[in-house]
Amino acid sequence: METVDKIKQQIAENPILIYMKGSPKLPSCGFSSQASQALMACGEQFAYVDILQNPDIRAELPKFANWPTFPQLWVDGELVGGCDIILEMFQQGELQPLIKETAQKYASDEAAAQDSE
Amino acid sequence: MNIQNNIEKKLLDHFEPAHLEVINESFMHNVPDGAETHFKVVLVTPKFSGERLINRHRAVNAVLKDELANEIHALALHTYTDEEWHSLYGEAPDSPRCLGGMHRQAS
Repeated sequence: METVDKIKQQIAENPILIYMKGSPKLPSCGFSSQASQALMACGEQFAYVDILQNPDIRAELPKFANWPTFPQLWVDGELVGGCDIILEMFQQGELQPLIKETAQKYASDEAAAQDSE
Repeated sequence: MNIQNNIEKKLLDHFEPAHLEVINESFMHNVPDGAETHFKVVLVTPKFSGERLINRHRAVNAVLKDELANEIHALALHTYTDEEWHSLYGEAPDSPRCLGGMHRQAS
C-alpha cells in the first residue's frame, strides 16, 4: 500500500490519533511528551503512531497534512494541530470537550451499528 | 545573515506585528554549541483576528517554509491578536507626561 493511503486509512479508522516520536508511555521528544500527556489527561482512549518506527510516514505525513513538524493530533479526520496548539487548547479547556464528544460520537456509532446487526 | 535574524525579518515583513519575540532555544537540546535549530516565536498581530490557531500556525509555517525544510528542527509558536495579548499581560504602563523640566515657569 502507498504510504499516503496508509495514512488516510489510519486517520479514517482512528477518530482520535496522535502521530508522535516514541510512545505516550516512552516519548522520545519533549514536544511529543507534553502533547501526549495533555491528551491522556482528557481521559479517553486514543491511538498513536510512532513516526520514529515508521520513517515512510515521517517523510510523507508533513506533505499530506500541510504541517511540517511532529507531534500531530488528528481528531475525526481533521488535523487539530501540533504541541503548542494542543497545550493551549488544553489550558483553555477546549481540548477536553472536543476529545470527549468525539469519543462519545464514535461510541454511539458503534452501538448503533451493533443494534442494526 | 544568521537564521534567527532571518526569521525575525521575514515575520516582521509579513505580519507587521505589534510584538515579536524570536528566541533561540537550541541550547536546551542535544545539538552542538551555537546551533540554530530550535526556536520559540511569540507573535502578536491584528492579522490573526478571527483565525483559528491552526490557520495562524499554518500562516507562520508558510512564511518560514524554506527554513523549516532546511535549518529549523523545532518551532514553538505562540500566536495572539493584540486583544488576546493585552488580556494575558495587560497594557504596558504609559510614561508620565512632561511637566516642563528646566523650562518650567516659576509660579
